[in-house]
Amino acid sequence: MCAPEATNLSMHKQLPFCTLKKQSLNMEILSKIATNDKHGENSPYFDGWKAYERNPFHLTKNPQGVIQMGLAENQLCFDLIEEWIRNNPKASICTPEGVHQFRDIANFQDYHGLQDFRNGMANFMSKVRGGRVRFDPDRILMSGGATGANELIMFCLADPGDAFMVPTPYYPAFVRDLCWRTGVQLIPVHCDSSNNFKITLPALEEAYQKAKEEKINVKGLIITNPSNPLGTTLDKDTLKSLVSFTNQKNIHLVCDEIYAATVFNTPSYVSVSEVIQEMENCRKELIHVICSLSKDMGFPGFRVGIVYSFNDTVVNCGRKMSSFGLVSSQTQHMLASMLLDENFVTKFLEESSRRLAERHDKFVKGLEEVNITRFPSNAGLFCWMNLKGLLEEQSFESELKLWRVIIHEVKINVSPGSSFNCSEPGWFRVCFANMDDETVDVALKRIRAFVGKEGTKKPLGFKRWRPNLRLSFSSSKFDHETVLSPHSPIPTSPLVRAT
Amino acid sequence: MAVDHQTQLLSKIAIGDGHAEASPYFDGWKAYDEDPFHPTNNPNGVIQMGLAENQLTSDLVEDWIVSNPEASICTPEGVADFKAIANFQDYHGLPEFRNTVAKFMGRTRGNRVTFDPDRVVMSGGATGAHEVVAFCLADPGDAFLVPIPYYPGFDRDLRWRTGVQLVPIKCESSNNFKLTRQALEAAYEKAKEDNIRVKGVLITNPSNPLGTVMDRNTLRTVLSFINEKRIHLVCDEIYAATVFSHPSFISIAEILEEDTDIECDHDLIHIVYSLSKDMGFPGFRVGIIYSYNDAVVNCARKMSSFGLVSTHTQYLLASMLSDEDFVERFLQESAKRLSQRYRVFTSGLAKVGIKCLQSNAGLFVWMDLRHLLKKPTFESEMELWRVIIHEVKINVSPGSSFHCPEAGWFRVCHANMDDRAVQVALQRIRNFVLQNKEVNKKPCWQSNLRLSLKARRFEEIMMSPHSPIPRSPLVKATN
Repeated sequence: MCAPEATNLSMHKQLPFCTLKKQSLNMEILSKIATNDKHGENSPYFDGWKAYERNPFHLTKNPQGVIQMGLAENQLCFDLIEEWIRNNPKASICTPEGVHQFRDIANFQDYHGLQDFRNGMANFMSKVRGGRVRFDPDRILMSGGATGANELIMFCLADPGDAFMVPTPYYPAFVRDLCWRTGVQLIPVHCDSSNNFKITLPALEEAYQKAKEEKINVKGLIITNPSNPLGTTLDKDTLKSLVSFTNQKNIHLVCDEIYAATVFNTPSYVSVSEVIQEMENCRKELIHVICSLSKDMGFPGFRVGIVYSFNDTVVNCGRKMSSFGLVSSQTQHMLASMLLDENFVTKFLEESSRRLAERHDKFVKGLEEVNITRFPSNAGLFCWMNLKGLLEEQSFESELKLWRVIIHEVKINVSPGSSFNCSEPGWFRVCFANMDDETVDVALKRIRAFVGKEGTKKPLGFKRWRPNLRLSFSSSKFDHETVLSPHSPIPTSPLVRAT
Repeated sequence: MAVDHQTQLLSKIAIGDGHAEASPYFDGWKAYDEDPFHPTNNPNGVIQMGLAENQLTSDLVEDWIVSNPEASICTPEGVADFKAIANFQDYHGLPEFRNTVAKFMGRTRGNRVTFDPDRVVMSGGATGAHEVVAFCLADPGDAFLVPIPYYPGFDRDLRWRTGVQLVPIKCESSNNFKLTRQALEAAYEKAKEDNIRVKGVLITNPSNPLGTVMDRNTLRTVLSFINEKRIHLVCDEIYAATVFSHPSFISIAEILEEDTDIECDHDLIHIVYSLSKDMGFPGFRVGIIYSYNDAVVNCARKMSSFGLVSTHTQYLLASMLSDEDFVERFLQESAKRLSQRYRVFTSGLAKVGIKCLQSNAGLFVWMDLRHLLKKPTFESEMELWRVIIHEVKINVSPGSSFHCPEAGWFRVCHANMDDRAVQVALQRIRNFVLQNKEVNKKPCWQSNLRLSLKARRFEEIMMSPHSPIPRSPLVKATN
């Protein structure tokens, strides 16, 4: 069977848009959740996706197309995976070597998950953290990707109307994952470039107190470490202070660690699970970790989301909830084998780091050649690019204007900082790990051409671009409900090969 | 950690028992888990007949797998696709997957209707599908009407995290638990009296636990009813391909297409489907929502992000289900084997005077043990149930766990075992019945068990097929 090919818009039949009358009828007969906007997909950011969708870049077939740099995917190490797959036919229930297990695996729906799978995950999670912490397989809960994991933990920790604090800038789809069906609200903790986007105690206190004044019940703080979109890791002291802060306030600390294995440079990664080992009197029952294989291994399609809680009641309850999003037993079985192969995991993690570092360095160097700086990072699949110097004025309107130019003239899909609720305009997240080297070269070439002539170093602030577009940007408020979901407000369903 | 403290710390959902697993019925699971039957290693163990699984056709699937290595991304023939598939996370799903699921759904309905692949939305098993539909159609506090007896998992799937309620529609054994217009009206009116807003009706067709299919008239009646009241109709058709004899299965999709004399707003109609029962793949978590309401398709699709089918599995199934010859053979053979199994089991029971509700679908029988009850009460049913587990050593599901309005019915699954195990089960049942007949005519089985039945609401029971099994040391005893 062929892998899905790129398809164009016309091949996928779109459902007819509701007439106004139907829409108002639907408002009566459907739920509030179904008829509100909290899924976050009605946003002006569709443009970037549509532009890519209509004209996807291909090195040979469509070299003038839009390059997709808005997707945080890790495609650098599939050769290692493929090699392992070929050498380990028993890992599959579909090979002659493995088919005798098909029946049992296809039939296995126990929400505890396959023991080997949990052991393999615990093993992998530990290795990713340098073996400095051991994970208990019995605390590993499955869920429908990190998307499902984040929602699940909210259902366990918060009631509708309760709030979680979240440092800005943050992953746009948190709005959907944490809030949409749970009724939880997000309280931003503002971080900005003046102190390198650090999460400070005063900022936390301010957000917490403000919520209290508004009679909002704060249930916890959710952090992403390594950070999306910053690509940085938190140092031990900061982590300890976050643990102390949340402990002291008797609120939860949820740590989204889905980028843990994308750390490619010093400082080395410190997980909250390590930090709490060192803190006496720490209330572990308030600590919960979210993991996934989507970023670390490049398997977003396999929907492997993990909730790891130090709270027994949460584990119990969460395990029952995992029924709504268990990992396919076929996939559990395959991954169990892979992740229990210690040699492979060690080799994979080392090589993945090395290639990410290489890709990062190449990309950053290319940016620096035209005086584009980025926020220094040591992890993630992206750069947090500083384009303040290219803004007409320091405003979000200007940022969106620039963004549309980048999409339609430079022809690269990137993600504007405002979609991450960044409190200051001019930042853009650019993903670089979802493509091959040649495509990176093309992207850099286009950026170079856009910003200045190759070789000359023009000071920033020189604005050469003139937008030829009718700017159809609606002046909608930059509320917290704009999302660039990686999977997908795209109205068609092609799989587009990155290269 | 004190319970009080947890009560403040965690959500109401986490602290409550809306997961519906706190129940005395743990006994059945525990008994099996502690002492599982094995034909050679443990021939006196407890036989598991509480799990509605379809294991009769695994050999056909295995043969197909071996002959079609390119269906897997893990074989030499298929590994070239590994990267693209592992990387694909679009919630529309692989187009091939949606297309073949739509075709398969048509096939299991005798090709009398066609399904639109663009309306096929994925979810985390049928479990996830029901929850998503509830989230789309109802607000917290709203209710769905459900005919009793019904699958206990609905209590969790439709209610737990959604805050939706279930209101029972009474069906009586006197007319074979048929769903009547009067019963629908009565349930609807009762809800109104209790100030509960009814958003829809949920039917399971073929029925779990009855194993029967709905006739055309009943389906038409339900359709008229919901249309009149302007409420939704959710049809759980996950047992569609387990129909093994007449009368044939009629899907709501057929009524919509053919019975155009009935006025019906298609925006109110939604189907929940799955491959767990029809193909025997519960582990693969293939739940499908098929709605005739565009807004629901759109919304459910966005929600499917919380429970997409692994692309690893989408890829395999797209291949398998596109093999029309295989599908044809599979469906025929599956029906044949289910029919045979049903006949063997029910005739074995009949030999000792045990009747079952006449059925032609499902992976179980609805066994009538009213005559063995000491008294026609649920306490008596529970007593008998414990005896069946601990003395007859078969795990079956008591009717009360399905909210059956009448005591004495038991659901017994027969498609999750081989022929030998069926014979052992029948033998044990025969022995039990005959032993008791010898003494006198009235049921006088002595239960040697300390009856630890708690005065607990029967609504909070659950026989989860996947697992109140207290294997994990973290799972504490029932609340």
